[in-house]
Amino acid sequence: MDMTFAEKILAKYSGEKEVVPAQIVTVKPDHLLTHDNTAPIIQKIKPELTEYGVYNKSLPIIVLDHVIPAASEKTANNHKIIREFVKNHKIEHFFDVGYGVCHQIVVEKGLALPGELLLGSDSHTCSYGAVGAFSSGIDRTEAAALMLTGETWLKVPNSIKITLEGKLQPSVTAKDVVLHIIGDISASGANYCSVEFHGNIEQFSVEERFTIANMGVEMGAKNAFFPVDNITTKYLKSIGISTSQYTAIYPDEDASYSKELKYNLSDITPVVALPHSVDNVKKVIEVEGLDIQQCLIGTCTNGRLSDFKIAAQILKGKKVHPNVRLLILPSSRQVYLDALKEGIIDTLIESGGILLPPGCGPCLGAHQGVLAPKERCLSTANRNFKGRMGCKDAEIYLASPATVAVSAVHGKITDPRKEVH
Amino acid sequence: MKVWKYDDNINTDMLFPGKYVYTCSTPEEIKPHLLEDLDPPFAKNVREGDIILAGKNFGCGSSREQPVVGLKTVGIVAVVAESFARIFYRSSINQGLLLIECPDVVKAYSKGDNVTLDIEHGKIIVGEKSFFFPKLPEEILSIRDAGGLLPYTRAKLKKK
Repeated sequence: MDMTFAEKILAKYSGEKEVVPAQIVTVKPDHLLTHDNTAPIIQKIKPELTEYGVYNKSLPIIVLDHVIPAASEKTANNHKIIREFVKNHKIEHFFDVGYGVCHQIVVEKGLALPGELLLGSDSHTCSYGAVGAFSSGIDRTEAAALMLTGETWLKVPNSIKITLEGKLQPSVTAKDVVLHIIGDISASGANYCSVEFHGNIEQFSVEERFTIANMGVEMGAKNAFFPVDNITTKYLKSIGISTSQYTAIYPDEDASYSKELKYNLSDITPVVALPHSVDNVKKVIEVEGLDIQQCLIGTCTNGRLSDFKIAAQILKGKKVHPNVRLLILPSSRQVYLDALKEGIIDTLIESGGILLPPGCGPCLGAHQGVLAPKERCLSTANRNFKGRMGCKDAEIYLASPATVAVSAVHGKITDPRKEVH
Repeated sequence: MKVWKYDDNINTDMLFPGKYVYTCSTPEEIKPHLLEDLDPPFAKNVREGDIILAGKNFGCGSSREQPVVGLKTVGIVAVVAESFARIFYRSSINQGLLLIECPDVVKAYSKGDNVTLDIEHGKIIVGEKSFFFPKLPEEILSIRDAGGLLPYTRAKLKKK
């Protein structure tokens, strides 16, 4: 029987010859990702950790990223508890405050490889399909159980095949593509499904595939997947991973999909997701002129070198509008360093940008760039839910780094295809 | 028993704002902020045995489990929705919160209707009409029957 990517990898990890959608299988993931939530996770299983220990010291990947540097005594203490746990249990993959956002770190450090299976107590764990892994989000309780047993159950999902045809127009980016798709199929359009991206994907770098896979959960997907190609192997080589270190898994040619969708990329224009739902997508030209008080370029969705390069090209020699605060949030220390070396950070700061430490920062509204009532923020993040940036009476609009950078200069939402003056 | 009725795409920030996620983890810390940005009187007025009725994609968004822990703590007996987001669905199994995916129930309900739940027979009565919902697969029921994933895991570890 021909199988989809999700069917093939779940068959492999459950030791079955073949599996079908809705079947429940038991799997042992290669890694379990947790972040600042590690503290409440381990507190749930204190006696068990003393009695049985962690299932395997190389299973957990722990990254401190959500509220960094600590914003209060309570969050500082959380970090302290996690550091002690890491030391006592000799956890192999630990990244303290300053390394970056967990999802970026997992990919950048080569901890998610093609054909591997990862679970994480964060909804954007679906990002690693960018490099051909199967990855999905779970809650804290399940992470606690996995920490002890190393295994869990998964339901084999239906699969959706999305074929991307044609070529993107200038100033239109991967972010516009994924927002366009979510606008089309809705925030629940891929619920419980594995979403595979096929077609002219060679025009997307691993960084851009990351942006698209990252937002898989915003269409309800269990995981998102790009087949491994030359672009993936080249990227992995650049971070020191050779092809002998992984076995890529590809869907079979006649695999059966619950839905097949096609998009012509040349038809897509810059888009923006309006409050308070990621699927409330409109063309930028339809909402041009709305004034904004804050802009955010970065996060695990769009905080990589190529994103800041786009922003710097637009902002070079320009000034951010006096009514706007432009926050720059690199997704990792490595991205920060690379952007420094290329002079990108200079450009962004000279234009008026405010540089934040690599982490989740304002994205979840815990600290750094919280909004005031009636303020409007244009952001490259992945969610615009009411209250997401700390204030229920503020509005969040989502767009690409190009749209956000151009808009920051004008002080209002602006189509990036327009010249900046 | 009161029915709390909500729309489509009720996300995790509406159920429990992100700004509290890293400072509130225990049921007592969670309770006062439950549905804070969606329905401010909820936390104060919800009573044990109440039911939530909602549209499509209930619980979409973050993997935070405070919404589920909170709803379980205040005694919500079931959430009936047209559909659920998957992490929320999984999380509810792990906490032993009953979720019922049944679009017909949600569509049949009008304000003021009596809603009765018969879990044993998989039946919901809305006003005069009865609706049946399917049982969960065995593997999942065993987690719920153990009282949630952690008691289930503890029992499994002891057996080994």
